[in-house]
Amino acid sequence: MTKRSDGRKNNELRPMTAKVGVIPNADGSAMFSFGKTIAIAAVYGPRLLHPQHMQNPSKGILRCNYDLLSFSVSDRKRPGPSRRSQEISKVTEWALSPVIDLNQFPNTVIDVQIYILQADAGTRTAGINAASLALAHAGIPMRDLVCSLAAGKLDKELIIDLTKEEEDFKEGEGATDFALAKVANSDEFTLLQMDGKIQPALVSELTVLAAEVCKQIYEVQKKALKEAVTSHSTKEDKKKK
Amino acid sequence: MKNEINEAHEAEEEHNSNYNSESKSRKVVVPGEIIVQGEDYLPGEGARREGDNVVASRFGLAEEQGRVIKVISIFGAFVPRRNNVVIGRVTDITFHGWLIDIDSAASGFLPIEESPRFINKNEMDQYLAIGDTIAAKIWSVKPKGIDLAMKGKGLGKLEDGFIFRIIPSRVPRVIGREGSMITLIKEKTNCQITVGQNGWIWIKGESTDSEIQARKAIEFVAEQVFVSGLTEKMEEWFDNFK
Repeated sequence: MTKRSDGRKNNELRPMTAKVGVIPNADGSAMFSFGKTIAIAAVYGPRLLHPQHMQNPSKGILRCNYDLLSFSVSDRKRPGPSRRSQEISKVTEWALSPVIDLNQFPNTVIDVQIYILQADAGTRTAGINAASLALAHAGIPMRDLVCSLAAGKLDKELIIDLTKEEEDFKEGEGATDFALAKVANSDEFTLLQMDGKIQPALVSELTVLAAEVCKQIYEVQKKALKEAVTSHSTKEDKKKK
Repeated sequence: MKNEINEAHEAEEEHNSNYNSESKSRKVVVPGEIIVQGEDYLPGEGARREGDNVVASRFGLAEEQGRVIKVISIFGAFVPRRNNVVIGRVTDITFHGWLIDIDSAASGFLPIEESPRFINKNEMDQYLAIGDTIAAKIWSVKPKGIDLAMKGKGLGKLEDGFIFRIIPSRVPRVIGREGSMITLIKEKTNCQITVGQNGWIWIKGESTDSEIQARKAIEFVAEQVFVSGLTEKMEEWFDNFK
């Protein structure tokens, strides 16, 4: 296989869009998309945490909730939490918590709601990118932004940002999906997940490739945040429409 | 208006004036972005030092104040500080006072001693009932809650008029340097206005038209994050409005 079905190069991302401030009632919100995959994230808080037994008197906690909306996939997804969505919520939490600093907000929670409007593989990575933007937008103290993408392998080729079609690739060695998240300005990875098979020697090669591509995601995120200030807030946008 | 005892209040004043100073350069920064390089600068609020650089720790406007670099947040929820004036709503009545929702993580507590006259403990709702709106000052912020005080000019139960909300981090803009902006709006519209640091604003005017004008003026100011010389601009806005 020399060419990907949508004609992309092996290290080429799908076109990305990012927008900050999409949900007026949230304290912070953002939309992020990779091609046909669209994720929105809303941040509420810091606010009082219930149930009370989860409260931590020394620092605030982060609580993520990820879900596919029922119309986001071709076979209707039954609404409500599932085994898959709970797992992804948890790994999203772990991917984001190393960069945020909640020592100033004891006994509180920061709620992050991530919803996938349209799914075409890489939903958790799009969700993490959106959530990272939304947390920054909510003015939460953060060390850095988090960039996330799905790397992988098709037969023997290392590729970036798989689509659903590529994830289902069966020929040769098959497809490997390797979701990862990286702190933008350092070499720390906060999420590494794999689905499929890969030679151990290729893993480091893949992370180097992904780290390189993360820079592009970071630029898109940075631009979206800066635009949120210059183009006023959501209220103004609503008036224009 | 200034109170020497209270550093927090002074800090707030300082904060207000920074918002409106025109000469200083401000730029938007994202978390992790390098603001300045070199050993000459010190990281302030919302910034940290990393090797040779001063790096932003949150999203907002970076500002130089002498050698100190700080990042002022422009979105997000209200974080209570001592001496903030807030507008809140009574959510519960306990034996010792009232619980007030002030739109922050912890709710505020207003002790019964803060009422201006004697109150029979069985008839506390005669003075403040559930759902009443008050303007109060934050007396202390402790890990277990926020104590409020209601003694002072402009504080107390809010009757008539209406309240609305803006993004809390825009409140210093609405108040302006030493209250210049809010005084201008009050003068032009002839309304009584109380601005809470938690983003809630109470307006009471002679007519509904003037109240609406005041609200529009405040919302206009809150939108202008980047503009300098806003007070002059507002005068212009009022001329156009008529």
